Order: sequence, then structure tokens, then C-alpha cells
Amino acid sequence: MSDAESSTEFDPTAPNTGEDFEPVDVFPDSDDFDLRPGADSCYKCSTCDTNCPVAEVDDDFPGPKFQGPEQWRLKQNEDDYTIDDSITDCSNCMRCDNACPSGVPLSQMHNTARGEYVSEQMSKFSVEYVRNRILANYRTSATIASKVPRLANFAMNFGPARWVMEKTMGITSEREFPAFAKQTFREWWSARGGAAASNENAQQAREARGEDRDADKKVAYFHGCYSNYNTPEVGKAMVRVFEEYGYEVVVPEQRCSGTPMFANGMLDDARRGAEVNVSSMADLIEEGYDAIASCTSCSMALRQEYPELFDIDGIDEVAANTFESVEYLRINEDLKGDLQAAEVEGDLAREFAYHAPCHARNQGLEHQSVELFRELDGTGIEDVGESCSGISGTYGWKAEKYEKSMAIADDMFDHMDDASGDTGMTECPTCAMQMEHGTGYDIRHPLELLEAALVE
Amino acid sequence: MAIESEVLVIGGGLAGLSSALAAARAGADVRLLSYKQSTLQNASGLVDLLGYTHEGDGPLTDPYDAIPDLPEEHPYRTVGVDGVREAMAMFDDVTDYRGGHTDTNALLPTHGGTVKPTARYPKGAAAGLASDDRDVLLVGLGSMVDFDAPHVAAHLEAAGVPFDARGVTIEFPGDLRADAKVTRYAKLLDTNGEVAVDGRMVGARDALADTIEPHLDGEERVGLPAILGDDHPGAVRAALGDHLGVDVFEVPMGPPSLPGLRLEDTLFEALDEAGGNFETGNPVVDYAGEDGHIEEVYIEKTGAKIPVSGDQYVLATGGLVGKGVESDREGVYEPIFDCHVPHAEDRYDWFDLEVFGDHQFARFGLPTDEQLRPLTADDDVEFDNLRAAGSILGGYDFAAEKSGSGVSIATGHAAGTTAAQEVQ
Repeated sequence: MSDAESSTEFDPTAPNTGEDFEPVDVFPDSDDFDLRPGADSCYKCSTCDTNCPVAEVDDDFPGPKFQGPEQWRLKQNEDDYTIDDSITDCSNCMRCDNACPSGVPLSQMHNTARGEYVSEQMSKFSVEYVRNRILANYRTSATIASKVPRLANFAMNFGPARWVMEKTMGITSEREFPAFAKQTFREWWSARGGAAASNENAQQAREARGEDRDADKKVAYFHGCYSNYNTPEVGKAMVRVFEEYGYEVVVPEQRCSGTPMFANGMLDDARRGAEVNVSSMADLIEEGYDAIASCTSCSMALRQEYPELFDIDGIDEVAANTFESVEYLRINEDLKGDLQAAEVEGDLAREFAYHAPCHARNQGLEHQSVELFRELDGTGIEDVGESCSGISGTYGWKAEKYEKSMAIADDMFDHMDDASGDTGMTECPTCAMQMEHGTGYDIRHPLELLEAALVE
Repeated sequence: MAIESEVLVIGGGLAGLSSALAAARAGADVRLLSYKQSTLQNASGLVDLLGYTHEGDGPLTDPYDAIPDLPEEHPYRTVGVDGVREAMAMFDDVTDYRGGHTDTNALLPTHGGTVKPTARYPKGAAAGLASDDRDVLLVGLGSMVDFDAPHVAAHLEAAGVPFDARGVTIEFPGDLRADAKVTRYAKLLDTNGEVAVDGRMVGARDALADTIEPHLDGEERVGLPAILGDDHPGAVRAALGDHLGVDVFEVPMGPPSLPGLRLEDTLFEALDEAGGNFETGNPVVDYAGEDGHIEEVYIEKTGAKIPVSGDQYVLATGGLVGKGVESDREGVYEPIFDCHVPHAEDRYDWFDLEVFGDHQFARFGLPTDEQLRPLTADDDVEFDNLRAAGSILGGYDFAAEKSGSGVSIATGHAAGTTAAQEVQ
């Protein structure tokens, strides 16, 4: 008689909620984060693996399914199991999240695993750790550099210095460091008169639009590091476009969103930033503001990664009231209609090759620029496909990851070459860096085109 | 305000894409919302219309011929034979699939070694037809345990195919990791990337052909699991075929499936070309409306509910597996609009104790009127501007009938076309 035929008292059709049934508390008294959340929903279909841009080019990377649910299972069953060091090869593009048909929060598991790896297994004296910490804390270096932008722009791209940086720190010398702006966004904002000036502009705009002068339209801008230090023109465009629609803008105190820190497993650094960001945004949200970001990785962090990783007062309210800037206007204004009626002349009357950042996908924003701009007179826009740009923030800056990052980007470069325009467009600053690096194209942000189309 | 469109399609599988495509081609302003990436990557990439009747007769030679004899509640009866033909014509128009030259089903070998009746198949599978009498060499990869070539070949011969089939297992050249992803193979072959063979670097296409060559023994065609390129499968097959002097074909595989991914790309490109809009990443969770009319639906993004509105709606969120229909201990329900899903009161009647018995759950789905509008328990229309398409529909068992893709395309096309007519 085979096992299958042996009779037991187990009746597969009987409900298991009888008197003898006792639910098991799997993790009594545990409020630590572990890899558990959602692991049981993974049925190993491997869809995440086929969407992983790293696994596509790297033989040694075991893929998102291993990094998340499988590692968790190993950890549960083997006391001495430690996080596999391949977790540092994950670029945190988060494509696996969008791929999973079962809703397993893969990127949350990866962030948690990477955090544990870095805090428990990585030597704090290793060159790699120090290098990653410097890269992840871009805001710190940027604050210093932006005080002396000309010197920084020269020094950071000075050949011999770059050679030394590659040899001693493992920061690739293949890339050009992004230029620091002569005036940061915040300096511009203060010089312009800050919130008071914005309030005045918004009131005038509301009047001109035939809306109630005292209407309650107000947003808190999370500019992130990059539009503050490197591309203030994006922040300025965001302010002007929102004011044009009658929104009063405020620019609260803020730190880095934490995206580069999540990607490098520096969760303590990320938490410190998150505490400041959540606290300043939560207060404003209580007063009726919505939080707006112009970088899709920043909005992704506030919306998804914060509540997944941290437990901070007000964090859920901030997540629920954070929007990507263009998305916000699509929801609350007739942006599409206004663009259909608009026309662009001058510098931005161009053909754009648009790349959707990975972090835009999970927010449902991967097609919004193409949708909005394809009917805008004077310009053209072409989606260059779904490939990942490969740079993933700090990832492509690491000497040992540079080749991989370029191999991932190969498809995107090809598609950009094939596209009719030779100006790139994307919401993500590091995708923009990679696009420019691989093609030499000038890269613009959708907000800049919106400004050109809608603001006098 | 809300993000507005004329026709709003919820669901990004074959049914949702067919709906959106039909509506966009009919001139409507269309938006497709998909919670996650399309589930087409879980599909074989083959398009079955009807392989077996509801009573298990088959394999059927002519699926169209069998449609009028299906039960009245079957979605094919709602759409009608002409409706199915129109839908397949649209599919043929936007893909380069084969099989449209005839009404009869083709017979294709599966990765399990069975022969399956299917209506449309990708170009890459064409040289593998089971009705072709040329001998076949099947080549499996040691690392891909779900395609055991010698076993599959033996199975095919046992099934009575009119040719000799032989299977060999090789290692993919270049010493890749044992559990390399299918996309890794595809990318290497797409780009003809270099792999190390005996200490020197060789293009992956030549290296693979060199590995297969010694195993050839006069066969005129060679079948591999479907890993032959993602962006340029035609070029990969041609290169291998030229090198080996044979026809090369792919055997469709289970998930994650490259033929499914390629079909997904093709259909999204067609939708884009037709002017349709789409977005993925967040679920539709709720709606607002009254008196049997939907005003807007809400996408959930981490606690925020984003309003999106349309004049007409198509619900194509899938069946029990796709989570368009859900169940708990109390009952079976449709989670967004709470449309009525007929089911037995006692949940122990939902299934049969026999594995291949008559499982009610396999047919759980929405009943509709002749316009594919979901019906209440009293046979009233749930919403005047909502239609349903694909495996969320009840009245058929796609797994037993081999009719999943066909019903999705046919009902999707019909729902999208009617929705577009309503807004014009």
C-alpha cells in the first residue's frame, strides 16, 4: 500500500477550526522587522526573476526570488544562515515588486536583508563600506560642494583625482560627476521671497483663472537633493507650474529621501532622514497640504519604502498624501486638456526620447509623460521602451558595477539611438545621468516642458 | 477632478489588452489599468480557441464548428461565431502569429510531451508542428528541469506522432550558473554575447550550435525550450538553423514564459500605436456610482485613493487565479464592484474529491447579458456601463476546454468594441 492510500484520521474536507484548533503565534512579542512579510504568498513562479535587469546580464546574481522569500526560508530553518553577499548586487530598481502576480513585497524584503547584511556582516572599516556610505550620503558631499560649486565641479572631474578615487575607493572614473549649480534651489527660493511670495503668486493666479482667490490649494515640495544642488531648474519649473495653477508652494525642512541609503543597506542613515522628512511633512499634511516630489525615487520612498521599513508617527498619513508632481496635476487639474490647447516654441520645441524610470512604474507613472506630451504642438515624444537604465542611483558609480550597469543600459541606448529625437527626457536624475553618459544627449525633466508649454 | 478617459479597462491580461485594443482601434479614448505587469508572462504564448468540448470530446479539428453546440451560458455563445472570427482577425492583424490561414486547430508539442490543439502559434513554434512528418531532435538544457528532452521525446512517440523524436540533454555553453534565469539565456542569444568555450570566447549563438551539432543524426528539425531570444527571436533561430542546416523551433514553456512576454510586448505596442494609454503598479479597489451607473473607480497607492473615470468600463481582472474573483469561507465574490458570482451555498460543494472531477470552482465567474454586462442574482444588469471579459466570466472551464486565450480575445474584443460604440 502506498503512502497515498494509507488511512489516517485526517479528513481533508473537514474544517480545521474545531475545538482542538489553536492558532499558532509565529513570532511572539516580535516587533523587529524580518524577511517574513508576504513570504508565504510566493509560489515560486519566477516572474520576478525574468524582470530583474541584473539577473539578465549577470551570471552570478541569483535573482529577486532568492534574495527575498528563499533567503527567508533558509534563515528560518538554519540557525547559522547568514544573508548571502549577493544581496549587494541588487540595485533596488524594485521591478520585482511590479512583476509579482501574488503581491509579495519583494523590495521590502531586499531592503531588510541588505540592511541586516550591512549592519551584521560587513566590516565598517572596509573600503567598500566607506565608499558606499559616502555615495549613499550624497547630500552631505553635495552640501559641501555646493558652497564652492566651481571648485567642486573642477575637482570632482579632475582626471588624476578621479584615478585616485577609483583606485582607493572604487568609484568608477568612467563617469562625469554631475555639475553643481551656482545657486541651489533653496537659495533661489529664499531669494525669491519663500512661501510668502508663493502665496501671493498663487492668489493672483487663482484670480486670473477665475477661481476663488482664497481657495485652499497648497502643496509642500519635496525637492530632494538633486534638484536642490544640481538641477534647480527642475525645482523652479515645479514651483512656476504649480503657481500657475493657483497652488501655494511651501518648501519645508528636509533631508535625503533615503533611496541611496536603502540601496546600500544603510537603514540607520535612512531612518534619520526619514524622521526629519516625515515630521516636517506630517505637520503640513495636517494643515491641509499635499506632499509633492519631482523625483520619482523620492516619491517612491515617501509613499512605499517609508511605511514598509520604518515606524514613525505620521508615516502612513505622509505616504497617503504624497504624489509625484505631474501626477498630482493630472488628478486635480485638466492638464491633458490644457496641453492639447498649448504650443511650445523656442528651446524646448524638440523631439524627446523618453525613458520611464523603474521607480515610476510601481507608481503607475510609466506612460504619463508620453500620454500628456504626444498631443502637445511643437514637440514630439517617443517612449524608448521598458528597459532599465542600469545606473540605479549609486549602483553604476561603483567601479565593480560599472560594466554591469552599462550592459543593462544597452537596450535603452539602442532605443534612444533609434528614436527620432536627440534630446532625452526622464523624471529620474540618475537615469538622466546614464542617458547622457551613454548617448551624449541633453536630458530634460517633464516639468521643464510643462513650464515651457503652460507658463507665460 | 479625476483622470478621465472614454473607455476604462481594468486588467492587463489578454482580455484587457484585447478590449483596450478593440476600443482604441474603434476610435475611443482608452485607458488600461493593470495592477501588476501583465500575466501574459505566465502564459505559453499559444492561442487556443477550443481544443475540447465542454463534455471532453476532442481534440477538435475545427473549433468554430463546435461553438454553436456549446451550452448557452458559454461566453462563445454570447459573442457568437462571427464575434470570435472578428476578434481573431484583430489578433492576426497586430501579431505575426501563424495558424490564421485555416479554421482548423494545429497540433503542437508541449514541454510535457503531450500534443495540444491550438488555433494560433508564434512563428518560432511553427517548425515544431506535430502534423509535420520530419524527424525531430529535441534539445534540453541540464539546468532546465522542466524540459526533460529524452522524456518529452518518448512521450511524443507514445502519443503517436508521425515522425521519430529523439531527445538529448546538453549544458548551455559558457558555464552559466546552474539556475540561470531564462532571460539570461535570451539576452545572451539576442546580443550574441560571448561565452567561454575551452578557454576562448565565442558568440553564444555559435557556441550553442556547436554544442548541439554532434548530437544531430539526420534530423531535419531541432526543438529547444523557449529561450531563443527576447527582442530578436527570429534572428537567433535563423542563426542556429543556418549553422546546423536544419529548421529550429521553440517548445513553449511554463512560466516565466518568453513567448508570453513577447506577446505582451507586441500587444502593448499595438495598443500604444492605436493611441491607447496604460499604467501598471496599483490595484483598482473601489468605485463610486449609483443607480446602476459607475461614475469613477479608485486606484489604491499606499493608502491614497486616486480617482480615475471613464464613460464605459470593461472589467478584465481574471478568474480565481488572477484574483478577479475571490473567495473566503463565507462565499465567492468579485472584489471591485461586488458583482454577483453564482456559487453553491455550502462551500464543500465548490469542489469535487476526485482530482479530475467536476469542480465547480473551475467555472466560477460572472453571468452576463448578451452585451457582456454582468447580471445580478435576479438577472438584472448590475451597471449599465460595465462589461466583463476574459476569465472573470462564468459558464466555461478554460482548463478542460483549452479555450482560455480564445475566450479572452473574443470577449475582450466584443466588450471593447461595444464600449467604444457607446461613447461615440
